[in-house]
Amino acid sequence: MCIWSIYQWIMCDMLADFGCNLISSSGAAVVMSARTYADFTTQASFEIKKCDVHKLDDAPATEVVLTREEGLQYYRIMQTMRRMELKADQLYKQKIIRGFCHLYDGQEACAVGIEAGINLTDHLITAYRAHGYTYTRGGTVKEIMAELTGRRGGIAKGKGGSMHMYTKNFYGGNGIVGAQVPLGAGVALACKYQERNELCVCLYGDGAANQGQIFETYNMAALWKLPVIFICENNKYGMGTSVERAAASTDYFKRGDFIPGLRVDGMDVLCVREATRFAADHCRSGKGPILMELQTYRYHGHSMSDPGVSYRTREEIQEVRSKSDPISMLKDRMLSNNMASVEELKEIDVEVRKEIEDAAQFATTDPEPPLDDLCNHIFSNEPPLEVRGTNPWTKLKSVS
Amino acid sequence: MAALRCFLRSGKGAVSVLLRRELHATAPASAQVMVRDALNQAMDEELERDERVFLLGEEVAQYDGAYKVSRGLWKKYGDKRIIDTPITEVMCDSVLAPPPQAGLRPICEFMTFNFSMQAIDQVINSAAKTYYMSAGLQPVPIVFRGPNGASAGVAAQHSQCFAAWYGHCPGLKVISPWSAEDCKGLLKSAIRDDNPVVFLENELMYGVPFEMSEEAQSKDFTIPIGKAKIERPGSHITLVSHSRFVGHCLDAAAVLAKEGIECEVINLRTIRPLDVECIEGSVMKTNHLVTVEGGWPQFGVGAEICARIMEGPAFNYLDAPAVRVTGVDIPMPYAKILEDNSIPQIKDIIFSVKKTLNV
Repeated sequence: MCIWSIYQWIMCDMLADFGCNLISSSGAAVVMSARTYADFTTQASFEIKKCDVHKLDDAPATEVVLTREEGLQYYRIMQTMRRMELKADQLYKQKIIRGFCHLYDGQEACAVGIEAGINLTDHLITAYRAHGYTYTRGGTVKEIMAELTGRRGGIAKGKGGSMHMYTKNFYGGNGIVGAQVPLGAGVALACKYQERNELCVCLYGDGAANQGQIFETYNMAALWKLPVIFICENNKYGMGTSVERAAASTDYFKRGDFIPGLRVDGMDVLCVREATRFAADHCRSGKGPILMELQTYRYHGHSMSDPGVSYRTREEIQEVRSKSDPISMLKDRMLSNNMASVEELKEIDVEVRKEIEDAAQFATTDPEPPLDDLCNHIFSNEPPLEVRGTNPWTKLKSVS
Repeated sequence: MAALRCFLRSGKGAVSVLLRRELHATAPASAQVMVRDALNQAMDEELERDERVFLLGEEVAQYDGAYKVSRGLWKKYGDKRIIDTPITEVMCDSVLAPPPQAGLRPICEFMTFNFSMQAIDQVINSAAKTYYMSAGLQPVPIVFRGPNGASAGVAAQHSQCFAAWYGHCPGLKVISPWSAEDCKGLLKSAIRDDNPVVFLENELMYGVPFEMSEEAQSKDFTIPIGKAKIERPGSHITLVSHSRFVGHCLDAAAVLAKEGIECEVINLRTIRPLDVECIEGSVMKTNHLVTVEGGWPQFGVGAEICARIMEGPAFNYLDAPAVRVTGVDIPMPYAKILEDNSIPQIKDIIFSVKKTLNV
């Protein structure tokens, strides 16, 4: 029997009285959970990495509190995203998913940390590596996977695919590199115009950071003090080109020049959350835009057609996996601070696995969109119109 | 010189209006309104009607608009509704693409549509396609407007016609008005439409006055998008055109009428969706078709009209091949004599009509 088990046995014994009191007052079901989880720490403080700052007098806190509830939630969401992406990998190799498929595994801490730092009523837009964000913004795994397999149950009814998924306050999923950045500033303009205390999180990658339209956007966002958080997810490679080969300056958090910036450890969900809270406060107080660079890593290649090892070594990928994996980092923190048990986390893993399996089952069996839907959704709020088919005798119908 | 030509043209317009006045009873309280003012009225009325409508573009606010189309609007509505932007088409255009998804109804002015090429990715990929890609979740009620096509002496980079470029893309509505009434009614419809609309004005038409009926001057006057107008009925040949060249067609028709040739002149008003039924109906009556446009011939508006006529019932009614009168297939030169010979002139239309009718 290992020390850990003896410790648990003693703890359970010591708290048996406590458990007994609960039996008498609250009934059997509560007793079960109280007895199993009563010995966990409800919250703990953690030291996180300090952020590098650009044109800022203060920085996000380096000592943060994580509650057990939050920890379990982040764990579950990150694990769901991880397993979802790995399942997509499998389905792609089986040719059930086709076309473009850009996977997010390795970067989970970014999506989860950002969402933890904002509200669902805030807005978010990103590029094509969007499955994770579609999930954190309210899409279900089932809808996301069915969209990847091009079925009618997909989040865009099978018409968008991997790169064009949308939900409330989530504007995709955009295929053109960098094009989402001006759009994000536009959403922020709408927030400011309508005087809602909302902001827009606008994401792009290290590759897109060199796009001209991003600099146009920095200028206008700063000029008009738009409530936008620009976030550069620096995963070190723009497709097959490392940042050193693409950028004259790899300090992406300074690229905004007159826009204050933060460089954040994007593999640590707590770092990302804290930095996002700091940035959100900055925006909501009317100070204008702010830029965050999240240093992160993707395990897969750029997309499913890229093995991802011609421009980087397998050793590098392995090293990141073993030393900086976001899910492992959170798991270790929770276990070593007695915030959860191995069994509990395993239980979550099992539940997640089941959810993914069910979603994959749905995604592979749901029928494809009906041909009648081919020409629909061209225009909004429009009477039905006729659309030319592939030849002059084929007239198709389009409804809004 | 261009101003003089405009004046002469407007004089012709005024003369023909007077003639029509003597022949038909005109509604009282109609007024002469310049195209620029009709556009201004349309925007003013829509800004007043709906808080969510706003105008954004280079020099639209404090400068009163590069071509004075937005004159007075900034003074009336202020910084929030009329926004000056730096010279960043991409940003202007794309800043406006999500506000519709997020609840606003922007009007994006391009100083000319030539500059829209800088931002065309956003017009097509972010505006036109989004409602489809999101399977109906994200409508994009935005209007892109500005002068299109050749002006006077502005040379190659500032003279291109984009009707065919934008007309090619599903998800967009493309409007190319001619008269003041067209401009007002169609711009109001465009602003009220829940979809991305490309509104192609014409710089040389801004200063041209047209008679506007009392009805057309009212605050609720709109013209449906996608319906062409027969400006002049005729029986011998159909002339189909859009924007400034509708005027050229009417002038050519006036000259030809003296020789006994009655032309039916159709003002397309909308490029996409194209009112093919109107054209077909006319061709089935006149049996001859000539299309007239300022843009280049290859893969253009005229080419599309001819293809559609061939594919439809009107083909069997044609007594001669349908013919296109277009701009010359070259970048626009600068020297006046060269520029004049790069775009359709009235004599070119008359020549093509006579060739088609074999007279």
